[in-house]
Amino acid sequence: MIKNSIILENVSKHYPSHKAVTDINFSVPEGCLMALVGHNGAGKTTLMKLILGLVQPTTGSLSILGHNPKDQASVTYRNAIGFLPENVSFDANMTGKELIAFYASLKGEIKSRSLELMDMVGLSAALNRRYKTYSKGMKQRLGLAQALLGKPRLLLLDEPTSGLDPAARQHFYDIIRDLRKDGVTILLCSHVLTELEAQTDAVTVMNSGRVVASGSLEDLRTQAGLPLSLRITVQEGMSEKIAQPLQNQNATITNMNGRYLEIECAPSSKMTMLRHLGELGSIVEDIELQNTSLDQLYAVFSDQRGQ
Amino acid sequence: MKTIWIIALKELKDALRNRWIIAASCLLAVLALSLAFVGTAPVGGAKISTMQVTVVSLSSLSVFLVPLISLMLSYDSIVGEVERGSMLLLLTYPINRWQIIFGKFLGHTLILSIATILGYGAAGFLIGLSSNGANIQDWLVFSSLIASTVLLGSAFLSIGYLLSVCVKERATAIGLAVAVWLLFVLLFDMAVLGALVVDQGENLKSDFVNFLLLFNPADSFRLLNLTGFDSTAALSGMSSIAGRAVLPVQYAIIALLGWISLPLLLSGYLFSRREI
Repeated sequence: MIKNSIILENVSKHYPSHKAVTDINFSVPEGCLMALVGHNGAGKTTLMKLILGLVQPTTGSLSILGHNPKDQASVTYRNAIGFLPENVSFDANMTGKELIAFYASLKGEIKSRSLELMDMVGLSAALNRRYKTYSKGMKQRLGLAQALLGKPRLLLLDEPTSGLDPAARQHFYDIIRDLRKDGVTILLCSHVLTELEAQTDAVTVMNSGRVVASGSLEDLRTQAGLPLSLRITVQEGMSEKIAQPLQNQNATITNMNGRYLEIECAPSSKMTMLRHLGELGSIVEDIELQNTSLDQLYAVFSDQRGQ
Repeated sequence: MKTIWIIALKELKDALRNRWIIAASCLLAVLALSLAFVGTAPVGGAKISTMQVTVVSLSSLSVFLVPLISLMLSYDSIVGEVERGSMLLLLTYPINRWQIIFGKFLGHTLILSIATILGYGAAGFLIGLSSNGANIQDWLVFSSLIASTVLLGSAFLSIGYLLSVCVKERATAIGLAVAVWLLFVLLFDMAVLGALVVDQGENLKSDFVNFLLLFNPADSFRLLNLTGFDSTAALSGMSSIAGRAVLPVQYAIIALLGWISLPLLLSGYLFSRREI
């Protein structure tokens, strides 16, 4: 049986002024990378705070790594949680080395491991520089290093790649990949959706404090019912000829010239369509399948109000 | 306990780094020295210990300055970190909120103690060297000044924490800190004095007035230093009060300890219930 690292049941958090999240049912299996997407103010950060036990739900129950975050008595389970907040700034006058040492000692982590982490995020050259001299990307990487202290089993990352340059971003995803090999559960909030696609097991879309869609990318594609686009390269002048039979297969032609056809079909008829194209033999030179991107899915779901 | 110590050390390191300790020590030392060598000039050649005269004038000045230093040190200790976002992160660590409050308080108390001991201590040492008549009694009085200054400072640190936990913005905290300072250092005494003048000694017994003073950490400190020793009491013109011994020194010490522990416990309680 797959254990869930995070389980939320009917969780709501209402402030006097606004309803931050409402009726959230949501679970993340152990070792899964779940992407949490949604507009600003959709309730993602509140959800993270609930999971971390920083705020208490108005109604509903949570279980994080088998603990109720409300239990102040069992603070030690937080050893197994790493958190990278969206906006954090540390003491300006402390050096990177002092800061990581401080957080390491709170988690009972040995010094050599904290230096290893600083090396891993590429800050070993800036260890003795004061935090105020760090660039935005370096600050973000220091934040990431502290989140990885103490071998976490659950990582909560709020906009981890903001401020990172493309190389550092790539490096960040490498680190994530390694962590996943160790079976770390990761919940990640991000606006940069396309980069996430290759890595995520599941996506949860939030809107106005509710979960509007949750599941694997395939599930979401089916749920969204967005048509599948195919770009077909054919022999010169043959596109007209095959257009009609394709339309008979319930495909919509979106664009066409002598050598290319762009068609859309329902995801469910994908295989029928491919078989049909196969039967056309040498007329078809190439088929390019364009899966619905996370951006498109996000656009579909984030327009929906909570169900 | 280890966690509390880790947090305290970080505060201490930060204060060393941003030269807080140096600045506060220098300020206190300059103050003490100028009082000792300039302020005691009018005493002339009378056979009065320079050290004890200095203690009397210093305690009057400490009452103004040390609460201000303490409040400035503590007003943003919680709300500042909440605003920066580092509190949010800290709370996700295996640490409970009481440990954060106590750790920070311990760190700030250490900072204050170091500054006081360095500042007043250095001045006391120089006075002892120059006035060849510093005896055991002088040193005793002077060290009790240092100890009670630390107590006074801690009480205002504790009040500063309470402010810092209650407010949502740093700007509010600094405003309240100034208000608290004005209240305890100036307004409280004026109110008591005003009440005495209006009353013309009819209803207000001196016991009661003395008792009122315990409701102000600054006045408790004054009682402690100006009436604690007969010699300083004589110098400060408080001998009539001290002679009657209406309030034993222990009361002032207990009052100060209360002013340290109660606001701190209350801020710990409020902080542990607050949602960040």
